[in-house]
Amino acid sequence: MRHPILKSCLKAAVVGIVLLLLYLPILLLAIYSFDKTDMIGRFQGFSFKHYSDLFTNPKVLGMIGNTFLLAFLAATLSTVLGTMGALGMFYCKKRMKTAMHAVSQIPVINAEIVTALSLAITFVAVGLGKSYFTLLIGHMVICTPFVVLSVMPKLKQMDNSLYEAALDLGASPFKALMQVVLPQIIPGVISGFMLAITLSLDDYIVTVYTRPTGFETISTYVFNATMKGNAHTAVTLSSFWALTTIIFVVIVLFVVISNLAGRRNKEADR
Amino acid sequence: MKIPRFSRKTLGIPYAVFLVFFVIVPMCVILFYAFTDRDMHLSFSNFLRFFSDPTKLSTIVYSIVISLITTVICLVIAYPVALILARSKLKKKFVILMLFVLPMWINFVLRVNALRELFNLLSQAEALSWLENANIFKTVVGMVYDFLPFMILPLYTTMLKIDNSLYEASADLGGNAFTAFFRITLPLSMPGIMSGVTMVFLPSMTNYVVSDMLGNAKVTIVGKFIYEYFGSDWHMGSMVALVLLIVVFVSTLLSGGFKSEENVRGTNL
Repeated sequence: MRHPILKSCLKAAVVGIVLLLLYLPILLLAIYSFDKTDMIGRFQGFSFKHYSDLFTNPKVLGMIGNTFLLAFLAATLSTVLGTMGALGMFYCKKRMKTAMHAVSQIPVINAEIVTALSLAITFVAVGLGKSYFTLLIGHMVICTPFVVLSVMPKLKQMDNSLYEAALDLGASPFKALMQVVLPQIIPGVISGFMLAITLSLDDYIVTVYTRPTGFETISTYVFNATMKGNAHTAVTLSSFWALTTIIFVVIVLFVVISNLAGRRNKEADR
Repeated sequence: MKIPRFSRKTLGIPYAVFLVFFVIVPMCVILFYAFTDRDMHLSFSNFLRFFSDPTKLSTIVYSIVISLITTVICLVIAYPVALILARSKLKKKFVILMLFVLPMWINFVLRVNALRELFNLLSQAEALSWLENANIFKTVVGMVYDFLPFMILPLYTTMLKIDNSLYEASADLGGNAFTAFFRITLPLSMPGIMSGVTMVFLPSMTNYVVSDMLGNAKVTIVGKFIYEYFGSDWHMGSMVALVLLIVVFVSTLLSGGFKSEENVRGTNL
């Protein structure tokens, strides 16, 4: 290594440029979300107009509420179902386990549109049609396998003799499960829940195929608004800049706070 | 050993039922529709109709080419980044990795919309006015932009596992940086490359949100077919979905996603 400094500069430049490109569109929207006009290009003057548009439009507020409520419900149900499923799979016979694992992998590796189409056709064919129930099921189909995938490794790392010890000491199997097994796998359960939330919040395709008519989430609403063109929806389009900025800031805050909290926990452990 | 009556296995029953009803049954429904005509008679006409239509076939080839370009660009960008991060001795390198993952948590459609606004701004400039009609270019950039973290993450995790003593041994035995890369890094990061490639290739063939929003709806990818057929012809839609399904399973098999024969049989295909 003849030029260690040059080399590390080059490395930093590669990482830096990719990061810059990744953040450029978001930063652009963040800046223009405070502009008073609807044109990106020249900053005309500072204003909260887009933010007040966002918070006074009942349609926009409705779809934001829909998105978060759906994500919360789908993630909660998926986490319960997936954690139970992972426990059941972990303790059942090998053949059953591999079969369930393989089927559980299908929604993970499959193209989302194939999952969506198969569900939609099935729901309509059996007469369920499209309702909030089918939408919720659709989201659970894409979320639950990921919960299973994040709980499974924790089960494998778990010390199994602790469960046996709890039984020997007179705990009921249910009690042993709740008080001995669950605390050991809880990090996997939590990360599974978080993963399920992000998958559901992000989803467009499954939502479009399974939602009841008139139901909008952020994904479907923004997609439709941009596809219809700028002309008559200009005001709503620019309020999406504000929405993007708010979501971005919330995410950054969440990451910073959870990192700080994690560090404090580690220090407390010491 | 006395085994109590409450069995931990029973916990898996709800999920097993869920999988049967909402994964296996829908797959069978697709299979059924793909091989029947409008009168529900068994037929292969969907396949014949689809594969004898030159415009359909050319669109498929076109969609595959777009996905390939996207995947290659993602790999070319992600590989050095992942390698630099994985080999870096910085204590806070996970913070930098976090910066790459962070944009993924913004809603996907909002992110594509942000990129769309950036393209609109750029195409206002005289020198970049060609951007306005560069639908394929914008679609590919958008896909790379959206799927890049899916490539970086698996590469990073496999590279992190490479034992540093291998590099020391290589240096001790007189290997230079190139030998180390081609004999250690590249072969050992192969699993990461495979999973990154599948995670980018598949969505870039099927996720029509990017191609619709950035390609002015003029770039048609395979996913869009299914969407169009969903409104008009379920049988054709199921057929395209089935073909995609087969492609997915073959590529998963090739990349070693399934270890044993038994697993494949378990997928009910």
